[in-house]
Amino acid sequence: MSEDTAQATELDPGVPILAMTQIAKHYGSSIALQDVDAHIHAGEVLCVLGDNGAGKSTFIKIIAGAHQQTEGTLAVYGHNRRFASPRDALDAGIATVYQDLAVVPLMSVWRNFFLGSEITRGWGPFRRLDVAAMKRIAKDELKKMGIDLRDVDQPIGTLSGGERQSVAIARSVYFGAKLVILDEPTSALGVKQAGVVLRYIAQARDAGLGVIFITHNPHHAYPVGDRFLILNRGKSLGLHEKADISIAELTALMSGGAELASLAHELERAST
Amino acid sequence: MSAATLTAADERVVRTNPLVVLLQRPEIGAAVAALAIFILFSSLTQAFLTPAGVSTWLYSASLYGIMAVAVSMLMIGGEFDLSTGAMTGTSGLMVGVMATHYEINVWLAVTIALAASLGIGAWNGWITMKTGLPSFIVTLSTFFILQGINLAVTKLITGTVAIQGMSDVPGFEQVKVIFGSVIRFGDFSLRASVLWWIALTAVATWVLLRTRAGNWVFAVGGQSHSARQVGVPVVRTKIFLFMGTAGAGWLVGMLSLFDVGTVQATTGIGQEFIYIICAVVGGCLLTGGYGSAIGAAIGALIYGMALQGIVFAQWDNNWLKAFLGAMLLLAVLVNLYVRRQAGVRS
Ligand SMILES: Nc1ncnc2c1ncn2[C@@H]1O[C@H](COP(=O)(O)OP(=O)(O)OP(=O)(O)O)[C@@H](O)[C@H]1O
Ligand SMILES: [Mg+2]
Repeated sequence: MSEDTAQATELDPGVPILAMTQIAKHYGSSIALQDVDAHIHAGEVLCVLGDNGAGKSTFIKIIAGAHQQTEGTLAVYGHNRRFASPRDALDAGIATVYQDLAVVPLMSVWRNFFLGSEITRGWGPFRRLDVAAMKRIAKDELKKMGIDLRDVDQPIGTLSGGERQSVAIARSVYFGAKLVILDEPTSALGVKQAGVVLRYIAQARDAGLGVIFITHNPHHAYPVGDRFLILNRGKSLGLHEKADISIAELTALMSGGAELASLAHELERAST
Repeated sequence: MSAATLTAADERVVRTNPLVVLLQRPEIGAAVAALAIFILFSSLTQAFLTPAGVSTWLYSASLYGIMAVAVSMLMIGGEFDLSTGAMTGTSGLMVGVMATHYEINVWLAVTIALAASLGIGAWNGWITMKTGLPSFIVTLSTFFILQGINLAVTKLITGTVAIQGMSDVPGFEQVKVIFGSVIRFGDFSLRASVLWWIALTAVATWVLLRTRAGNWVFAVGGQSHSARQVGVPVVRTKIFLFMGTAGAGWLVGMLSLFDVGTVQATTGIGQEFIYIICAVVGGCLLTGGYGSAIGAAIGALIYGMALQGIVFAQWDNNWLKAFLGAMLLLAVLVNLYVRRQAGVRS
């Protein structure tokens, strides 16, 4: 399958990495997602926006292979796929960076970078970690993402939240991801840290990756996004190209415009 | 967390002082303490520094050290094993009963005991992983089961609470070459167990710091959820670690059995905490994910020196317990400080 996808990319760069049509997901009798269309090309950022419970996590779990869609199709490089497990999705080049980042705080940056996929050398019982190579690669890969660490030996727990997020992104990129999914990477971060992560998202995009960026903050989405999928109570409110929508419209759409207008009105009165 | 520190970490990593780097090694506190104990007893007593004296405390330390090294690996992997002490008795008793009472070939008996020990370790690990119960509880139950079996079965089969006549068993002297040899240089006698201890510490250190398996040990202890997400075989790693402590229990059981030729049914009871203390003194965090095999070996060295030093100094033996408690508290405080210095924002 992976050879297949590789061929497809070379043949036609116009084919989206991922295209989803009429995706629906039912949890038993409750409908978490319905009639959602979205697509993303290499070198693009697709932002998925929506309020709490809108179905954002459900949406990405289908792409990441954690859940399967009830209806609709999901195509990777033009081939219809159905991921049975996260491993399946990973093998297709789709990596997910979850909120907890899957790092071990007390372990060094380079050990975290290669955890589970360590580089070794030597034979049989003398097979050992190729420490020098791993340190060098970790340092280089992080540098590409714009993080210039003096010492990749420091525990990853000493890095700031934004940096840790970026290490997790760099790691999935290095291990062959073509599409990186970030589930609310900025929600726990301060303004400055969020800015750091947004910069890395842009960097990954410029390196030719597809990025799906989940957030409920339009101010984080708008500057980096190429396309915006807005979800509301499990339904898509449309897939908008950046050229077709302003940040104000995005915000209004996201929170069900009318409600917000009346809220703003109310708040204004209260403050005067 | 102030804004200032956040920004500092953002821009550039602050240059660390080489001394701070050294102090961050998990075993450094133990090394300093070992030196202090060594100097203390060397100056207090005549016997401590004599070749015979050194032989005595090295031997003492080696048996604790072998256990402490295995226990430290398990603790780095985020688990406890309270059945380690009883295990040293169980393995020795198994071989003793098989060889003296059922006249099974000693080599075979030793091998069967090894298999049984590893099986008990695997059981501890498997139950812990399958149920998700704290290993503290699971191995506490194993501890009591073994303690009971050690006494009951030994009494049932031999009618006494100790194994006798081991040294008359055919093949005893051959096996003793591996477990009970003594190399003499004048008054200094180097026992096999000391060599086993050094070799085991070296291998454990290499595994921990330089192999994939070692990487996984730190990962499963530090954050097993994350380790699982990136594809580390968490269950397998932990089960192997439990088998490691049980295997070390077997080794110590053999070393004692073939050294003195007898084993009591109560052997090892109460020692499990000493192994854990040695590991903690050596820099292991109780929460897992951090520690060192060399540190645990040094922790055992401290204990061995104190144990024999107190005898040489003709102090009341009960001071040892008080000393042990004080060491533990001190070690935990040092570890806490180190962890803060490592600046981990969890
Ligand atoms: N495993 C599940 N079983 C049943 N219902 C579920 C399940 N997972 C999610 N849901 C429901 O589906 C809806 C969408 O949930 P989802 O987690 O996708 O929202 P979200 O947009 O990610 O919200 P948030 O911003 O709070 O993370 C919610 O109403 C939720 O209760
Ligand atoms: Mg969510």
